[in-house]
Amino acid sequence: MRQLLLLLITTLVLAPCIVTANPLAKAATSAPAATVTAPAPMTSAPGQSALAKTPSVPAATTAKESAAPPAKLKPNRTLTVGVFLVIILATLGVVFWAARRTKTASDYYAAGGGISGVQNGWAIAGDYMSAAMFLGLTGLVTIFGIDGALYSVGPVISFITILLIFAEPLRNAGKYTMGDILCFRSPSKVVRAASAVSTVTLSIFYLLTQMVGAGKLMQLLLGIPFSAAVVGVGILITIYVVFGGMKATTWVQIIKAVLLMSAGVALAGIVLWKSGMNLVRLFDEVANLQAVQDHVRGLLKHPVAEPGFDYGQRFLEAGLFLKDPLDQVSMGVAFVFGAAGLPHIMMRFFTVPNAKAARKSVVIAMFIIGIFLVLVTIMGLGAALYVTPQNVMAVDKGGNMAALLLAQTFGGGAGTFGGDLFFAIVCAVAFSTILAVVSGLVLASSAAIAHDIYVNIIKDGKAEQQEQVKVARISSLAVGAVAVALGLTCENVNVAQLVTLAFAVAASSNFPVILFSLFWKQFNMAGIISGLVVGSVAAIGLMLVSPNMVYPKKIAADAKKIVAVLEKKQLEGVVLADKDLKTLEKARLDYAKNKDGKSVIGLDAPLFSLKNPGIVSAPLGFLAAIIGCLVFRDRRAEETFDELYVRQNTGVCIESAVDH
Amino acid sequence: MEKVTYEWATIAKSQKFLELKRKKSRFLIMLWFIGVLSYFLLPLGVGYAPELFKKKVIGRINFAYIFCLYQYVMTLAIALYYTYRANKEFDPLTQEVLEGINERGQI
Repeated sequence: MRQLLLLLITTLVLAPCIVTANPLAKAATSAPAATVTAPAPMTSAPGQSALAKTPSVPAATTAKESAAPPAKLKPNRTLTVGVFLVIILATLGVVFWAARRTKTASDYYAAGGGISGVQNGWAIAGDYMSAAMFLGLTGLVTIFGIDGALYSVGPVISFITILLIFAEPLRNAGKYTMGDILCFRSPSKVVRAASAVSTVTLSIFYLLTQMVGAGKLMQLLLGIPFSAAVVGVGILITIYVVFGGMKATTWVQIIKAVLLMSAGVALAGIVLWKSGMNLVRLFDEVANLQAVQDHVRGLLKHPVAEPGFDYGQRFLEAGLFLKDPLDQVSMGVAFVFGAAGLPHIMMRFFTVPNAKAARKSVVIAMFIIGIFLVLVTIMGLGAALYVTPQNVMAVDKGGNMAALLLAQTFGGGAGTFGGDLFFAIVCAVAFSTILAVVSGLVLASSAAIAHDIYVNIIKDGKAEQQEQVKVARISSLAVGAVAVALGLTCENVNVAQLVTLAFAVAASSNFPVILFSLFWKQFNMAGIISGLVVGSVAAIGLMLVSPNMVYPKKIAADAKKIVAVLEKKQLEGVVLADKDLKTLEKARLDYAKNKDGKSVIGLDAPLFSLKNPGIVSAPLGFLAAIIGCLVFRDRRAEETFDELYVRQNTGVCIESAVDH
Repeated sequence: MEKVTYEWATIAKSQKFLELKRKKSRFLIMLWFIGVLSYFLLPLGVGYAPELFKKKVIGRINFAYIFCLYQYVMTLAIALYYTYRANKEFDPLTQEVLEGINERGQI
């Protein structure tokens, strides 16, 4: 197994060189290159919702010193396709190998419990770190300085909760899904169904952002249509999950985590090396760069530089992007409780043989993710220094291309062979990242459908192993198809908030009910249902009335202001430039179109001022779970507590996934 | 597989199990609060004590960056310390409980 991985990684490292040695690849510089100007919202951690919504940043004032923005990304298509193919072939090889070893339900959902702690640690990191965490956060650091770094702390804090409270009890008491844990003490079909619905909904929220993000990224990088990209990614993922189950998913995630870490170490390493391995010098260089100072002046909307104001230092101070501390605390709540309640993360703990391995895997994942997030800050600062925030924003206003542009610059710049190669490699890493995250999500939803709904609700838990695996494969296929269909319909929808929502829902519904099931003797079915329902409804409801939604009246008001300013100019006798005339025309249109509009649920303005509902919805979920449970007492659930409690602490009668 | 039944209530009240439970929960809750509360100091501090967080510490690196770095170090330290305590204290204790269960837990 280890040799196979080694072989794969060697292939992955060597193959790009082989591809590029091909004369075809060189000729391809003139091949139709995908030119890119559209912003690509790629999203994943709660933070990213903000990323896709940052284009309102005023274009930074371009000073003489700053380079002219290229605004177009011209990847070498053949080279990029070649590197992508290598990754696809390598992962398909893994699937082929895994498919032959997947015979029982336990193999399919939990890789037969045969994943080691170290392997699972890498796989958790691969499951958790998304393209948004790599591309999005790097861009955030490049454009907004420390605010990006502040954002990056959250994802690793999540693991404190996972390590100390969830990982080991889940391994000891669990089997394949969240439903197994919740039904331990309240073996009712209602609880099963609620848990399955919650799992599928959450995974679909998450999946949707990943699919749309993947489609936009592929469109950008390969120059293929959005629909083709979504269908392609969907087919690939479905093949992984349908044939390879958890084993293939795990190895795809491990390969991705290794690739992502290598890319991070290489890029951040070059940035540091260029600054003499001296962080203080790196910060100095960034803050002293004229382009960065001009960019900050643009962000602060200072038309002329204020004398004595240290714009460079301001870049390193908070508040350029994150304005409301309460909103950040709310996001923190979602991080602290949410990640632990995400079904696809939970599921990873069922793949290891015992609690000790589960603990080890979380610690390893924490190190990988923690180190990677520090590298992200360095990469972001590097992109600010060597690419400049202006050039990054010229390609994509959200900054998502920062890491890719940094790689291109280090390779020798756009159009050079080295630049194209570095660019292609980092693109492929981002691609593998998407594949790994999406396969984890598809597997988690299909487990909820096949194991919870089909086997335990329809078949009362009586189904042959072969039948279980067959149903699991069919439901994976169905989930894959649904993911593609949703991805295609949401091309032009801003799905960025859905990840924020997924974390908030997980923190407000799944987290409280699992916590209480494991640790509170009186907890029962009524508590589970009320916690799940109230928590999810509160989170989704608050999101619907939050500033994340589109409020046409606000758009109309903004448009009206622009119209007023420009018309006043015209009245003063100023002849407007073509560009301004166009803006005026568009603003008038926007105003006419939006002045009587209402948000999706018929509001004129947001009722709730925070973008992250966690700080309100999580306490509501906890409260509902407590009240529901106290109102409807259940003696049976209390009697089974001792059993669950002893089992989750000691691992006695562990549902060992070793062949039965 | 042979079906084995256990006296769960008896085990749950046994001396060893109660000891494991007491030691482990106190330790875990304390560690969790340390980690999570100090995390919330970051957004709160940046928001409500901006002067402190803007203070330059080394060169242009200010307190906010140092505090971010501290978060990573703290998180990883918690992970390592927990692993250390679990291996040294909780795992052997769990093993003792398990042995007790296998000796007298079965009917």
